[in-house]
Amino acid sequence: MDAIVNIERVSKRYRIGGLHPGYVTFREALGRALAAPFRRLRGGGDEGRQTLWALRDVSLEVREGELLGIIGHNGAGKSTLLKILSRVTRPTTGGVDLRGRVGSLLEVGTGFHPDLTGRENIFLNGAILGMRRAEIARKFDEIVAFSELEKFIETPVKFYSSGMYVRLAFSVAAHLEPEILIMDEVLAVGDAAFQQKCLDKMHDIRRQGRTIFFVSHNMPAVTRLCRRVVLLEAGQVTADGPPQEVVNRYLTSTWKTGAERTWGEGEEAPGDGVVRLRRVRVRGPEGETSAAVDIRRPVSIEITYDVKEAGHALVPVVELYNEEGTEVFSTHDAGEEWRRRPRDAGRYTSAVNIPGNLLAEGTLIAHVSIMSHFPSTILRAHETNAVAFQVVDDLAGGSARGDYVGPMPGVVRPLLEWTTRVESPGA
Amino acid sequence: MGLKTSESAAAGVARRRQAGAPHVRIRAEDSGVQLNLSELWDYRELLYFLTLRDIKVRYKQTALGAAWVILQPLATMLIFTLVFHRFAGLDSGPVPYPLFSYSGLLLWNFFAGAVTSGTASLTSNTHLVTKVYFPKMFVPAAAVGAGLVDLGVGSLLLAALAVYYGVPLTWGLLLLPLFVLPATLLALGAGMLVSALTVKYRDLRHALPFALQFWMFASPVLYPASVVPENWRWILLINPMAGLLEGFRSSLVGQPLDWPRVGVSALFAAVLLAVAFYVFRRLEDTFADVI
Repeated sequence: MDAIVNIERVSKRYRIGGLHPGYVTFREALGRALAAPFRRLRGGGDEGRQTLWALRDVSLEVREGELLGIIGHNGAGKSTLLKILSRVTRPTTGGVDLRGRVGSLLEVGTGFHPDLTGRENIFLNGAILGMRRAEIARKFDEIVAFSELEKFIETPVKFYSSGMYVRLAFSVAAHLEPEILIMDEVLAVGDAAFQQKCLDKMHDIRRQGRTIFFVSHNMPAVTRLCRRVVLLEAGQVTADGPPQEVVNRYLTSTWKTGAERTWGEGEEAPGDGVVRLRRVRVRGPEGETSAAVDIRRPVSIEITYDVKEAGHALVPVVELYNEEGTEVFSTHDAGEEWRRRPRDAGRYTSAVNIPGNLLAEGTLIAHVSIMSHFPSTILRAHETNAVAFQVVDDLAGGSARGDYVGPMPGVVRPLLEWTTRVESPGA
Repeated sequence: MGLKTSESAAAGVARRRQAGAPHVRIRAEDSGVQLNLSELWDYRELLYFLTLRDIKVRYKQTALGAAWVILQPLATMLIFTLVFHRFAGLDSGPVPYPLFSYSGLLLWNFFAGAVTSGTASLTSNTHLVTKVYFPKMFVPAAAVGAGLVDLGVGSLLLAALAVYYGVPLTWGLLLLPLFVLPATLLALGAGMLVSALTVKYRDLRHALPFALQFWMFASPVLYPASVVPENWRWILLINPMAGLLEGFRSSLVGQPLDWPRVGVSALFAAVLLAVAFYVFRRLEDTFADVI
């Protein structure tokens, strides 16, 4: 199948510096124009302004029906790429071919006017997004029903709550039916039930063979929805593939570590004269090294280390932190087998198994240590941010979410057993 | 599931082919100006909705609503009649001065108002400019279009005044809209040009009211062209609004028209619009980067 979107060596340069990065006043322009010949004489051509490449040589091919996730840190170029795709701005060099109608949702409710009613705004917003009047009129009832705002449709939107506003806006956009839909984190809004509707709608859109660009720095959402993810870093595509790979790369760039960390023979590995770390990794249920872990499946963190000096009883420790820096838990080997047992020199591997349906969705960062507790507590080896991984809930069921798709608070998300019994039948 | 997906994907392809899906090519900044006229036609309904928005918003939440459109030129007309006609003894020829100045103010206020709101339109709609693609020139165009409604409402009072002063019904009255068209084109050209430039040069906003005031006094709004001394007449000749104002009045009271001057004004309006169109298209792609 042909590519429906073809991005070819797109670069975008912004000029920065000065108080107003964009606009200039006539006086400044005049002053600059007058000074220009002299400056050329002095040989300085670039007006002393700095330039910033928001995108550099970005090439991507996207096929029909693909749901492409784009992730990256703030300032990595995500928004610039979206602006170029939705034709709000043009690339400095390179070009893009879009074969089909493009709908872009860089912001919900673009062009909504507070003084106009819901009905009036549906038509205005629809026209701005590129819909014909007849098309809007035909889908009007459907749009209103989707937004669940039937009662307020003749009310000016300035009296709407922010949730109502967003619902109306998304409903219009969801009925746009473009071949190529460009979305910027609109899912991060609205209540849980409405988010579910939005997700269903997105799945519908994809099933109809349409192409979606989904940009977000909400990693769980991207990994959950997309089969292909692109990572942008400093304006360049640094990873492009299934979420597994790309997530690892993203974690590496954020936490300077991914699912595996090794120290070579010559390297200065954490440790002392007794113990040296060799490798730490995150392993999925099949034993594979894995940066994205299904929330329902077990995961193990494995530490390999060399014991250089015999005769010490050692305890491996894992401390797990979430993205906010909250410690989820700390665990160490308290089992009988190695407790207070002096080790021989040699290489050891200790692993801790974390059951499925315990960790919460999101990024987890593991700090690892090797300690000796007996006869006194000594920290032998320690590595902060040793490995990082992502816990993903793909909403396929079987997790603690059940049918709920909204945000779930809490540092852990155990799947616990509930019971309900009927106390007195009838009413 | 897999089969179903591929089936509907194939259906998608078929639908796309059938619909003659647009093929959009985004080219680099230095690839030149694309005038893209067919796109304006595709988006024509948006112009309608934007104009409708500007009109509705203008009349909503004002206690007097449309009355303002009449009160403003009416009050101005009364003041000018008092000052220029009664005090200064300015003679407006065969046309009674209140009718004379009101007709001038009506057309002029439409023009000046359309240019002003057209100019402000882009910078006061930054969310539209930076967040979604559509032909941006519809934003100033809608502002000008909304001004036409004010003109229509204001014309009601003009008709009342004409009846009051016993202006005879002539075929010339049918020509009145003919002068509104070049005035609209002129306002559209000026509004588009200045709005596009204002995105980059913000101080044009401050220069505009002054320029319009200067222009008003250089136009026969409150005085007849006949009072202008011979060696100053060239100002009226190079001023496209002068020909339109004179023509507007002449056809109102059934006087003969100076067709060549009206033609020159219309030509001027057309040229300005073409230039504005080109400049606007040229700057349009950079709006989102600098606004």
